[in-house]
Amino acid sequence: MNAHKIVCKSHLLKLLWTSGRSDRIKRLHGVCGRAPFSSCSPKVCIVGAGPAGFYTAQHLIKSRQDVEVDIYERLPVPFGLVRFGVAPDHPEVKNVINTFTQTAQHSRCSFYGNVNVGTDVSVKELQQAYHAVVLSYGAEGNRRMGVPGEDLAGVHAAKDFVGWYNGLPDNRKLHPDLSCETAVILGQGNVALDVARILLSPMDMLKKTDITQPALDLLAESRIRRVLIVGRRGPMQIACTIKEVREMVNLPDTRPEMVAADFKGIAEAVKEVPRPRKRLTELLLKTALDVPTEKEQEKRSKASRVWGFRFFRSPVEVLPAPDLSRAAAIRLAVNRLEGSGEGASAVPTGEVEDVPCGLVISSIGYKSLPIDPLLPFDSRKAIVPNTMGRVQKTAGVYCSGWLKTGPTGVIGTTMNNSFDTARALLEDMDSGALDVSSAKPGSQGVTPLLEKRGVKPVEFSDWEKIDNEEIKRGVAMGKPREKLLSVDEMLHVART
Amino acid sequence: MSAARRLLRFNPRLLQSRTNKRTAAVTGAAATPPHTSVGNAVLFSGSAQCRRPEGRVTVHFINRDGQKITTSGAEGDSLLDVVVDQKLDIPGYGACEGTLACSTCHLILEQEVYDQLGHIIDEEQDMLDLAYGLTETSRLGCQVCLSRSLEGATVRVPAGLFDMRRADSSGSSSSA
Repeated sequence: MNAHKIVCKSHLLKLLWTSGRSDRIKRLHGVCGRAPFSSCSPKVCIVGAGPAGFYTAQHLIKSRQDVEVDIYERLPVPFGLVRFGVAPDHPEVKNVINTFTQTAQHSRCSFYGNVNVGTDVSVKELQQAYHAVVLSYGAEGNRRMGVPGEDLAGVHAAKDFVGWYNGLPDNRKLHPDLSCETAVILGQGNVALDVARILLSPMDMLKKTDITQPALDLLAESRIRRVLIVGRRGPMQIACTIKEVREMVNLPDTRPEMVAADFKGIAEAVKEVPRPRKRLTELLLKTALDVPTEKEQEKRSKASRVWGFRFFRSPVEVLPAPDLSRAAAIRLAVNRLEGSGEGASAVPTGEVEDVPCGLVISSIGYKSLPIDPLLPFDSRKAIVPNTMGRVQKTAGVYCSGWLKTGPTGVIGTTMNNSFDTARALLEDMDSGALDVSSAKPGSQGVTPLLEKRGVKPVEFSDWEKIDNEEIKRGVAMGKPREKLLSVDEMLHVART
Repeated sequence: MSAARRLLRFNPRLLQSRTNKRTAAVTGAAATPPHTSVGNAVLFSGSAQCRRPEGRVTVHFINRDGQKITTSGAEGDSLLDVVVDQKLDIPGYGACEGTLACSTCHLILEQEVYDQLGHIIDEEQDMLDLAYGLTETSRLGCQVCLSRSLEGATVRVPAGLFDMRRADSSGSSSSA
């Protein structure tokens, strides 16, 4: 990166010296973005500063020495779900922030936070300013259960609950009611397990993480002692992965409570399946059915909190308390399995079962939303229709991350997904399918528009001020950081 | 200096929340490294037992494009350290920086080398479960330490650094 700067500088100096004095002065004033060498560089803009955005930027910058990338982000702070989705007690997963920071600090990369693409600037305006636009803004909506009572107090989307304990500004006023004894989580993916784990973790574990203080305070008062994690199908279709199940099994002061009948026939069926499914199922079987060791038995007898998977159950209604003010139970349809393996389906038997509970968390999937009516959007799959990351019927527009493939997968998945999109974009530059021969203004075509509209972007160095402030506050609390919780506060720190 | 050490120096705050993980593979013997349990996360202290910079150990990497890269690391360096220190061109390698939270440092070893490395802890097996193109001689690069017995070993970068926790039609949720 520094070499690039030096080359450009020396090229510039040569230009200055070979022209006349008055020319030299003219060029000095017009240097940024107008000198011949930088106007030819391909300019790409990326919408969304989460893992997808950063990995796409990384691959582009690494692959071509002339490409300049600008990343626009709605919030003043970068990193998306790495900051707002990854559980507070999984700090090692957040290590990717280091590589993203290096990318953001690269001379050919710029971060523009606090810019909402769709309202502050349109995708069309971005297309005019850049050679290519990559949509990487993820999935900020969620799949609804679509059952009566879903909007009662006490029912939350897992996305909002996770956003709340992770300090997402939009979720800071959630104030979930944790005064009930039983919480029911619908869905059995890793997000569901994160929620269960955060609800049941001992305070002395949580208080050392970057969980927000308001969440910590509320969880300290929580009366929740039992968490059921409910899935439509059986143990062999569970969507979570073994690491997260092992964390639940090992969670201090808790004991598992499963229904033995749910595991009928599983010990036989597990013999024929691929290794990942086999190991996971074996762990479930062991936890549900094996006679515990003496040490484990002691742990279970002393445990004050209970967790368990419930299988073959689908939500059909959230039942209100007598005064109709809030959720008091969930009605679940009992299913049977048709077929086997990953493709098995849940078929209702007609039976239902009511489970009393005061907190219902629906963890059945995030969902992408369209940000511009002029862009194609597949509302059934909730993705931007694309072929290998090239948005259909829209030259010069690409997509990466969850917006491209749907909202599943971890950071590693998104990395590969984003590298693929970057490769498609580079291919198009090389082949001429994407015309980069004429100069484009890049951010110089956007920042005047933003200024006119009263939008002041947050630069990466401003984020670093926020970062330092959060770390400083964290030190005082014995935590890695204490996150700023509102956009206003973030902007205030960014501007000082 | 190992990549992990360098990162810690560059960003000392990482010490709080992240770790260097080492198996005691230096002698090829199965041993559990010293660790402390912090609630659920099993943390391994950046133990000095693997850090002995006397000898260099030569290893060969076969990259995804078939290219053979001959390089070396200090005894005790993990294969992840070697990739980072020697700046080997393997995009996305070691995303979680050696903390057993991903499978992007997945490597395929020769049978003899794999066999002599011995016991694999559950946490590594759990992450290997999710590695794309898993084989009978697969290991995570961050958990394999260089030792004399690895001198001249050849390791293969699998075809796609790809975690198995990915999209499928059921719309199953996942977190990172």
